[in-house]
Amino acid sequence: MKFVDEFRDATVITKTAEEIRRLAGSSRRYRFMEVCGGHTHAIYRFGLKDILPENIELIHGPGCPVCVLPMGRIDDGLSLAHDPNVIFTAFGDMMRVPGTQGSPLEHKARGMDVRIVYSPSDALKLAKANPDRHVMFFAIGFETTAPSTALTLMRAKAEGVRNFSVFCNHVTIIPAIRAILDSPDMRLDAFVGPGHVSTVIGCRPYEWIAKDEHKPIVISGFEPLDILQSILMILRQLNADEHKVENQYKRVVPWEGNRAALKAMAEVFQLRPYFEWRGLGFISQSALSIRDTYAEWDTEQRFHVPGVRVTDPKAAQCGEVLKGVLKPIQCKLFGKECTPEHPVGALMVSSEGSCAAYYNYEHRKAMVHIMGQPA
Amino acid sequence: MSFLDPQIEMAHGAGGKASRRLIEGLFTPLLFRSALEPLSDAAHIAINGRSVAITTDSFVVSPLRFPGGSIGELAINGTVNDLAVSGARPDAIVVTFVLEAGLPTEMLEAEVRAMGMAAEHAGVRIVGGDTKVVEHGKADNMYITTTGIGTPLGGVDLGPQTVRTGDKIILSGPIGDHGITILLARGELDLEAADLQSDTRSVFPFVEAMAEVAALGMRWMRDPTRGGVATSLNELARDCGLAAHLFEDEIPVRDSVRGACELLGLDPLHIANEGQFLAVVAAEYADIALNILHQTAGGDEACVIGEVREQPVGAVLVTTRYGGSRIVDMLVGDPLPRIC
Repeated sequence: MKFVDEFRDATVITKTAEEIRRLAGSSRRYRFMEVCGGHTHAIYRFGLKDILPENIELIHGPGCPVCVLPMGRIDDGLSLAHDPNVIFTAFGDMMRVPGTQGSPLEHKARGMDVRIVYSPSDALKLAKANPDRHVMFFAIGFETTAPSTALTLMRAKAEGVRNFSVFCNHVTIIPAIRAILDSPDMRLDAFVGPGHVSTVIGCRPYEWIAKDEHKPIVISGFEPLDILQSILMILRQLNADEHKVENQYKRVVPWEGNRAALKAMAEVFQLRPYFEWRGLGFISQSALSIRDTYAEWDTEQRFHVPGVRVTDPKAAQCGEVLKGVLKPIQCKLFGKECTPEHPVGALMVSSEGSCAAYYNYEHRKAMVHIMGQPA
Repeated sequence: MSFLDPQIEMAHGAGGKASRRLIEGLFTPLLFRSALEPLSDAAHIAINGRSVAITTDSFVVSPLRFPGGSIGELAINGTVNDLAVSGARPDAIVVTFVLEAGLPTEMLEAEVRAMGMAAEHAGVRIVGGDTKVVEHGKADNMYITTTGIGTPLGGVDLGPQTVRTGDKIILSGPIGDHGITILLARGELDLEAADLQSDTRSVFPFVEAMAEVAALGMRWMRDPTRGGVATSLNELARDCGLAAHLFEDEIPVRDSVRGACELLGLDPLHIANEGQFLAVVAAEYADIALNILHQTAGGDEACVIGEVREQPVGAVLVTTRYGGSRIVDMLVGDPLPRIC
């Protein structure tokens, strides 16, 4: 398959892995964080840990929108789905994420009108096709998906579609990286930077990581070869005692980002003063809300949303795993109370969450290595 | 009884972990207390000293018609295949229709015709049936249940307990065609794949061909429908207490299926098939089995995709050519597209 197979070529991958091994040597340990959940998924999916040297540790970052969404927001969104006049729409990613009263899919099984859409514009289409009902879109995602929500809201306003609203849970990546770097128990050497987010925001917003924090960051694609090349580029920087922003994903990410997308976001969204992240707590200016000029299409401004707050279960050590202090398997609940089918903590929820990825792709393999016997 | 889920969810019908929980936690203890062997797609029972294979399946697909097939064809082929992969020749089928009031006769007739043709093609007789009509809105157009009986093939003894380390895993052809065709046919995605159609067909000719030359080497078979190849092989690994090792590059997947899966964040190993089968064959019989499959019409893409090993017990491990590996679990619920 074009544009995919080139980046999964066994010969090139093996060569790149050898070069990584050579540069990494054996005298020190490296701890790199891949920020994006898409990378976490790819690392497990392609079994990249098996071909990286043991002294390179990959720590899975906060870039999984479903994982970092607090449970209260899910309850808030679903509270409106109880109204038979409301059609609740969301991406497939959201459908199994549990609120205190169950996930959107469980609400659907109980008879509420919950539907999967593939883009916010599909939700708007649904609103136009059902003028007697209200269609609510549960928006999630980083800067990757925020522009399409913005453009959909602009279209709804321009076309005067009044039976449509967005429950906005869009978050921004930079404050989350900052929160992680500010955390006292953090020891990271470099970042594999998010690819999809950067197609929108470009590479400049990461410059402080290199300049002020003296850490290399390489924006990376999602194929196995992309990730390995990015790790190689990081090692070259570290070995040369450099720290800069580099772009491995040039075929998709322009240095300046996507101006049209950024403009649409600025037109529709403003920064929230603060927002709660599952596992990380409240982070200031880390999320987007809908501007007053679009109040009529903002679920939160238009309807009564209860504003539920649910504290994360104490026993779940999501924060520590998210910051790389603990590995998923070191959490007390991992694989016992907390599984992909019955997630307790945030990171078990999405297949891009580090615990779910670890559970799905690595868990039993690791058990064999550790104990030398069947799990 | 250990089925603790408070209510039935869609996932309980999706063929993965939740389905298994429902069967093992509720159905088995209450209905099959005498079952000695792991439950499979068809049961072989002795009636008056003669062995008979019996199976049943319900079909609830939307849309009713899709490229390459329709609910009527599935209803016949699905039951034929459940019998075939249990190692039996499908003989006869009875049919139950649940129809929604308001269903156009034209639609029903088309499906009944499709069933007739599929049955003729598969060499199985339809010998009886029943019809129920429910109020408009109480069903989705039509549901079909088919129950089939068959005659076990002589010399073939299939079951997870016969599987040994070193056995080869054969797959009959490219995976995911049916599941992705249905996903695209629902029209919710602005995606098209002109060359893609459902793979629905009877797999009995392949089973029969293998049984003729390699009966002694045939260990276990399954048609990987809901939950895909990953779910079937996880069941195998669990039931036989060994591991299924797959070589990713050997698993045939059409470009259009791969493309759709990449785009939607799905794994082809989890996507449903309606005309493929998995066969575990003793290593020394693998070449003979593969040869005969290649000589059977529609079997030219059959290949060995992996083998049975000891570790990791009860799991399916996929390795890539460059040495990376991952565990592939059963599907949890229906496959959901990842967007954000």
